[in-house]
Amino acid sequence: MSGFAALVARDLRLVWRRPGDVAVVLAFFVVATTLFPLGIGPEANVLARIAAGVLWCAALFAALLSLDRLFAADFEDGTLDLLLLAPWPLELAALAKCCAHWIVTGLPLAALAPLLGVAFGLESSVLLALSATLLVGTPTLSLIGGLAAALTLGARKSGALLALLALPLCVPTLIFGAGAVEALASGGDFGAHFAVLAALALVALATTPWAIAAALRQAGE
Amino acid sequence: MATPLLEVADLACRRGGRRVFERLSFSLGPGELLALIGRNGSGKTTLLRALALLMRPEAGTIRWQGVEARGEPDVWRGRLGWLGHLEGLKADLTVAENLLAAERLRGAPPAEDRLDSALVAFDLSSLAQRAVRTLSAGQRRRTALARVVLTQAPIWLLDEPLNALDAPAQAAFREALATHLESGGVAIAATHADLGLPGGRTLELGTPT
Repeated sequence: MSGFAALVARDLRLVWRRPGDVAVVLAFFVVATTLFPLGIGPEANVLARIAAGVLWCAALFAALLSLDRLFAADFEDGTLDLLLLAPWPLELAALAKCCAHWIVTGLPLAALAPLLGVAFGLESSVLLALSATLLVGTPTLSLIGGLAAALTLGARKSGALLALLALPLCVPTLIFGAGAVEALASGGDFGAHFAVLAALALVALATTPWAIAAALRQAGE
Repeated sequence: MATPLLEVADLACRRGGRRVFERLSFSLGPGELLALIGRNGSGKTTLLRALALLMRPEAGTIRWQGVEARGEPDVWRGRLGWLGHLEGLKADLTVAENLLAAERLRGAPPAEDRLDSALVAFDLSSLAQRAVRTLSAGQRRRTALARVVLTQAPIWLLDEPLNALDAPAQAAFREALATHLESGGVAIAATHADLGLPGGRTLELGTPT
């Protein structure tokens, strides 16, 4: 087994041992999104119009909820040293950590979103588009969040700092993710928005692992 | 002394704006142990972290068989068995899972067949399926030491290896260390206690300023 696969497997096993951490994230997503129909009322047109933005914002906040522990746990128990000492690129280790985070948060959020979209009166094609945008967009949230988590490692009030760092960087993903869904619902160009969303994910994939690795090395000193 | 395997020359490290040590030189041949001694803050842990390339030295060279460690950092790291101040164990994994996961992270060949001997060496066989969070401090330290043994790495860097160990566990550590040295490995250990092995050298680091 390669070091990359071993690290993903280890982190997934840790989540399996503490399912409550993921349950809290998903519960937050469900509660946050269902509050809107309850608060705004049963006006179908209004709900359908805000659905994409609400679901995408809730997914972003839910993903950020679990990110402050992404590297902090390894930092606190000394396993970060073992990652830094592994004889394979730390950039791959950073990517493996973000990959594991996406599997346990981004993937379930993308699966759950269409079910919640029903409460907003979205059509089935729009529900599928919502899920697709989250599938493509949430890896970016994990990667950018991972960078913020690495940069705030060991800092006081790291959770708040992480949100302050990550949220502005996630705005393009939020705009094009929600925009793609809205475009489909209103007969606009879904493909163009979706292509930009995918491009943002590729840019994050190509850049953040190096930045995360540099931040982790700095934290290790 | 035999031909040196490890040669450290003119090493200097700065931490928190102050110079912790400078012009530090030593060499170790096969089977040699170096005990780092000195007061708190004298730079023992800093030296170990610098040797592991976990921090960047201000000056100096670290050579293994004549090759600069920083020239091939991944190869160098693959030669290290590391025991830090923290155990480096996942509380929610079992003892066996921690050891095997650490080996897989090193990209090492499957370690299942070697696991038993590492567990036996530190009397951990009965604890192998226990979650680390249920263990005492001494049992965790033994698990971390078993991880070092499992690496079969030629260079052991150990930060206070005897911490929290009772007398039988200290004896087990000395036996494991002796076996490692007899096989031609080298070890550098920061310690406040006598490691209890004959022939080991000591390096006293200066008083902190």
